[in-house]
Order: sequence, then structure tokens, then C-alpha cells
Amino acid sequence: MSLTHLDKLEAEAIYIFREVAAECERPVMLYSIGKDSSVMLHLAMKAFYPEKPPFPLLQIDTSWKFREMIEFRDRRAKELGVELIVHRNEAAIAEGINPFDHGAAYTDIMKTQALKEALTKYQFTAAFGGGRRDEEKSRAKERIFSFRNEQHTWDPKNQRPEMWKLYNTRIHKGESMRVFPISNWTEKDIWQYIQREKIEIVPLYFAAERPVVHRDGNIIMVDDSRMRLLPGETPEMKKVRFRTLGCYPLTGGVESDADTLDEVIAETLSATTSERTSRVIDKEAAGSMERRKREGYF
Amino acid sequence: MSHAESSLLKFITCGSVDDGKSTLIGHILYDSKMLYADQEQALLLDSQVGSRNGAIDYSLLLDGLMAEREQGITIDVAYRYFNTDRRSFIVADTPGHEEYTRNMAVGAAFADLAIILLDATQGVLVQTRRHARICALMGIKHFVFAVNKIDLAGYDQRRFLDISEDIEQLSKGLGLENTLIIPVSATEGDNVTQRSANMPWYDGPTLLEHLETVDISGDVIEQGFYMPVQRVSRPDHSFRGFQGQIEAGKVEVGETITILPSGETAIVKSLYVGDTKVERAIAGQPVTIQLDREVDVSRGCVLTRDAGLQTATTLSATLLWMDEQQLVPGKEYWIKVGTKLLPAIVTEIHHKVDVNNGELLPATSAVKNELVSCDIVVAEPLVVDEFQSHKTMGGLILIDRVTHATAACGVIVSISDQNDDSVLLVDGEVKLQVNLFDSFLFDPAVNMILRQKHPAATYTKGDALPLQSEQCGYPADFDVLANDAGFANVRGGIFTGFGARDPQWPLLDVNGLEVGTGSSGDFGKYRNILVR
Repeated sequence: MSLTHLDKLEAEAIYIFREVAAECERPVMLYSIGKDSSVMLHLAMKAFYPEKPPFPLLQIDTSWKFREMIEFRDRRAKELGVELIVHRNEAAIAEGINPFDHGAAYTDIMKTQALKEALTKYQFTAAFGGGRRDEEKSRAKERIFSFRNEQHTWDPKNQRPEMWKLYNTRIHKGESMRVFPISNWTEKDIWQYIQREKIEIVPLYFAAERPVVHRDGNIIMVDDSRMRLLPGETPEMKKVRFRTLGCYPLTGGVESDADTLDEVIAETLSATTSERTSRVIDKEAAGSMERRKREGYF
Repeated sequence: MSHAESSLLKFITCGSVDDGKSTLIGHILYDSKMLYADQEQALLLDSQVGSRNGAIDYSLLLDGLMAEREQGITIDVAYRYFNTDRRSFIVADTPGHEEYTRNMAVGAAFADLAIILLDATQGVLVQTRRHARICALMGIKHFVFAVNKIDLAGYDQRRFLDISEDIEQLSKGLGLENTLIIPVSATEGDNVTQRSANMPWYDGPTLLEHLETVDISGDVIEQGFYMPVQRVSRPDHSFRGFQGQIEAGKVEVGETITILPSGETAIVKSLYVGDTKVERAIAGQPVTIQLDREVDVSRGCVLTRDAGLQTATTLSATLLWMDEQQLVPGKEYWIKVGTKLLPAIVTEIHHKVDVNNGELLPATSAVKNELVSCDIVVAEPLVVDEFQSHKTMGGLILIDRVTHATAACGVIVSISDQNDDSVLLVDGEVKLQVNLFDSFLFDPAVNMILRQKHPAATYTKGDALPLQSEQCGYPADFDVLANDAGFANVRGGIFTGFGARDPQWPLLDVNGLEVGTGSSGDFGKYRNILVR
């Protein structure tokens, strides 16, 4: 009997979860409700069994997430008996910051700023994230234990050497760690693992009839009445699914008939566009993700 | 694309700036059709902005940081993922320049196999030797020397054989096993994923064929079973489980295991892999182990059986210094071995090893990217072994206690506790090394407590012990924890041999600290010790 590549990736992630729980003072798990977060939560449940994960989940809510995501989030947290913290940048919401008028600033204010605000408020010293190195070039260079200074920023030129499994978790007051247990997983690994472990994911990943509009080459779902329609746009029912989940006005869907896990996997693994193309924020100049990470984004 | 689960190979690519390693890996990814269309588009776009005349520059797939693109070099490790029908791969592409040796070591510590690139027009260079040395030091067992740019050498077999001879000499010098030499052209694609028509004289595998088929399963055969404890899980009063990853061997319910460093034994009562109850677990699996009795186990302890691990306070190691600040002998660092973190000091530097040619040089310190051989003393007995016997108990990092930088990584070469200058208690065949009679002096000049080692001595059963001196005063009756031998009994000032514990007397560990008061775990937090 020998371990398969999924067994090895699972073991690596569980090892990392346990190291953080043992060595870091106040860990938290960033929970974005997407499929990678579902895998992370599943791994955390396994890592500490029969205990519950000894840290809360933190979801940064921009107030523009798909409704189905929020329902899923609340139900799963309850079913699994884990603590869930939801944080919003209330000041920005009150100011009316929204994805239609504020473009790139919206992501910064509602996600990056809100995240930093929450980490500071709750004094978390280590935050698990679901980032994977196969997603983007600057992520491919990031350590599993990514040191952040008091401003939560990342210095790519001065990363701590990471040797074998000997992670250095030492920090001063105010500093923190971002920890990526599934750094070495690919999109294919994630889907195969979801299938093997029968992990529940948000239904938006499966094709269904949904009200959508076509905008700038993207298929955008009209999830509630706040969706601003442009002249000439009329929502129509289309069978679509989503490869990544985020704020509904910024997340492009794909037309698809794949309404079972097997079909979704078959479609995903034969696709010729990487999953980040459906995230509108990544379509900027090369290096934009690195810049955002340096500013404290996950 | 196959859905079946496959095996995983982690490999590293090393080469100097112009050897074309990013191009080589870019080419494999490209040929394996692992590029998504939009990445491919970005690559073409990037190539056009770059200065290389619109031809596809495969290396742009890998150099991820803006500074790297600007300077056209690789600074830090980039990880890339691809799979074929036969295997999943993770590639750590590492910088070749000497200034980034520590980043190369990060990639090497991660990998099962190293591809070392050479330029066929230049042959074995100083960096080739450096890369091979660092990879070997970090424990890599499989090497591929890719003689690149063979097209620029006219696909000349003579040239290839000359270089191969030099490589074989290098391998011999470093004791490398499992080496393969392949002539390739990363830009033209010869012998990368497809056999080259330009070199009918080469009848070995292509690079990708070799990566798909090389057997690495024999690498991890270490003696016995061991699992460093990561954490103790106590969800309620009825459950106490020890969580960690099995590093070697297997464990079964009902087996007797030993807890180190205490040496206590217990029987495995129940076993979980993740959240599944099992009867048996093997190397590589994350487990939770419940034992049949109350034993003193905390993070940093090691559960083991028949592994022959040792407990020591003095180690000899080869360090790769990684910090901007130089190594200061006598300064206290943290050492991390397995899951244990302890105060430690480098007491003596034997010599420096020239990273390029292996020459031994005299040294009193070390700066970034230098290799040194030295002795390390830790604050309390540490479970260790030689790196080549038990990798996880033989790899270490040193952490700067002020800046928290990872100052060095290293491998344990030998364990020097049972050496000539130690104090031993001997009862027949059984020996125990103790540090009971060391003196501690506060020296206001350096504002530190200095430890003066007791001169070498051997006390056999029936000998009186020097329990009272200017610096120490022990009671006449006590027991000392001896790992496998039970307890060393001291009665009326006499060492009466190894026997059972008598609970009416105090119990000390080999450093003279009372056990069970909780003080032992805190030892080292509150003081600095310098061995003179």
C-alpha cells in the first residue's frame, strides 16, 4: 500500500493545520464559501478530529455575495458546529461603495481593507487562506507560511526560507502569518478530492436555469434587485454555472449543462481557460495580483 | 485526461542564469499541453513586449515576480504543477546565482529529484558543483544532469562524453546515487519530451520519460516507526490523543511504543487516520494515537518503536547560514527539530566548507550562503538522529531570537553526547550520560549565566557521587530518569545502579532538574547558558 498524490496533499495540509494550531496564538481560517474553502474546512475537520477545529472561520462579507453563498455559509457552520465570524466594512457599505461605480477601489475597500480591519480587530496572529500556487504567477512564489508585517503587507524579496516541514512561526506583536495549507494543490486536485471525499459545495457550481445578462463578454447573474441594468440589457433565463464564486456583479458564469459533479469535473478538466479568467478583477496588467498581495490582499 | 489518482513526484531544477532552466520547464509545460489558453495568450503578449523578437519565450511562464521580469533572472523559488497520464508533478524552479543559494536550498529541501542544468558549450562549472552539493546536503537522492544547449555544440557526441566524464567524477566525489545524464536542447525541444532525431547516438530516455518512470519509493526506507507529536488533542476528559504524521514505518493497535525523551512505554489503544478509526497506519499518514495509560507526552515528544533514535544535548551539524546577520558562536538561537523548539547555542565551529568545491577552510563565523560544520548545544535533551538515518529527526533550523529570521538550516551529522568529556553513570552494560555536576556562574561582564562543564568522569555502581560542591547541592537520595534503563538510583550519596523508581525520593532528569514540577519545559526560557 502506498499513498496517492491526493493522500500526500491531504497529509501535508493536515500537518500545516496542526502546526499552526500548536504554535500560533490566535489562528483564524479565512472562509470565502467557495470550493477551495469547502475543501479547507473539510481538511480542518479531519485534522483535529474528534475535536472541532480550535479556531473560528472568518468570512469577509462585501454585502454583494450571491445569496446562495450566504445560505450555504450559515447552514454549513451550523451543521459542523464551528464558530463563524462575519465581518463587513460597515463604514464603506454606509457610504454606498459598490461594484458598479467604484471599480478596482471596490475590491480594495470591501475585501483588502475589510480583511485587514478584521484581523486587527480580533488580533489574529495567523490566518489560513485557500490560495493555491497554480492560480497565478506571484502566488507560485509565495511560501506556505507567508510572513506579514504590522501593515499586513508581503515582501516577496525577503521571504523566510522554508525547509522541509520546519515552519518558522515566530512573530512579534502586531505581525502575523498568512498560511496556505493547499498551496500545492491544483484545480484538478481540488475537484478530484471533492469527488473522493463527497464534499458539499455551493449549488452555484452546478448548471441551472438562472437569470443573466451578457456584459463585456461575461455572463453576469442578476441575483437581486440591486443589479444595475444598462440600457438594452434584459435578464434572460440561461442554463449557467460558475467556476469561481465572489461578488455576483463581478463574477462571470459559463453556459453549461453540467449539473452533476462528474459532468462539472469533466468540463472543468478539459477547459482551455484557467479559472481566474472569470474573475473580473484579475484582468489587469501583468503583476496586478502581486501588487495587491503586497498591499495585504490574500 | 485521466481521473485516476496517481503518484506524485516533486523535483527541483537548478542551473545558472543562462543555462535556460526556466525555458526547459516552460517547454515541458507547453509540450504537455498544460497551458490554459489564456495563460498562453499572456505568454505570447509578454513575449512581444519583451526583447526577444516575438519568438515564444518559455521562461516567461516561470519568472513570476516583477523584479525578476525587470532583471531577467529568477530570484525566488517558483512552484509549477503539471501532470501526465502517468504521474503528477510539482516543479520547484530555483535561482542559480550564488547570492540566492539559500532560496535554492528551499527548493532542494522540498524535492525528491534534482535536475541540474549545464550548458554544453561550457561543461561542468563552479555553479554545477555548488548546486549538486546543496541538493545532496538537503537529502535529494535522485539526480538528472541535463546537458542543455547541445544544439549549440553541434549535437556532438564527443563533447557530451567529455562532459559526462566530469559529471561522473563530481557524482563520485559527492557520493550521489541514481544519476542520469541526458543531452537536451530546451529551446529546440531535443530529448525534452520527444526523442531527438539529431542525436542517434543517445539511446537513453527523454527527460519527461525519466521523470514519469523514476522510482522514488525506495528513498524513504528508514528503520523502525516514529512520529513526532504535533499536538495533544483533548476534546473532553475521556479522550487524549497524540496527533502527528508518521515519518517512517507503521503502527498498529495493540503495539507497544516508546515515548522519547522520557523513555516511558505504552500500548496503542486506538488509532485514527484523519477522522477514520483504523487498526493500522503507515508512513506519511496523519494520525491521532490514543495510548492505554497516562503518560507524560507533549508537543515535541516522539512516539517510536525500534527506530534507534537518540536523545542528546550536543550535536554536530552542517549548517547552511541563511541570515543577513552572521553566525555568532555563543549567542542563543532557537533550534527546531521535528516538532520541538528549544534554546540552543553554536558552541564551536570546526570549519567552513567551500560551497563550490568542498574545500575545508578555517572559520570562526559564517555569513549568508556559507556552509559550516559546527557543534550545537541545546537546553534540554532533544530527540535526534543523523539526517541520513532518520531525515525528520536530523534536519534542523535555527531561528534568531530577536529578529525571528530563519537564520540557518542544517543537517545533523553526528551525535556527540557519548563522547570522552562527558559524565557517565555505568551499571554493567548500561550507561547514562548526566549533566548533574555542571557549575552555573553568573558573569556580570556578559550579563549571562555561564555553564561550566564538569570534567569527564565515570561513576560505576557503588561509587560515591560529588553531590555537594561550591555550585551544586543535591540531596543524598534521589532517582534520575534514564531513558531505556528505568531509573538511576542514588541512595545515601552512592550510585546504587539502575532500578525501580522509589516515589519517596525526588526524581531528576539528566540535567538535574526535578521532573514533574513543570519546570523542565520552561527550562531555557529564563536564562542564557554558555558552555565554556
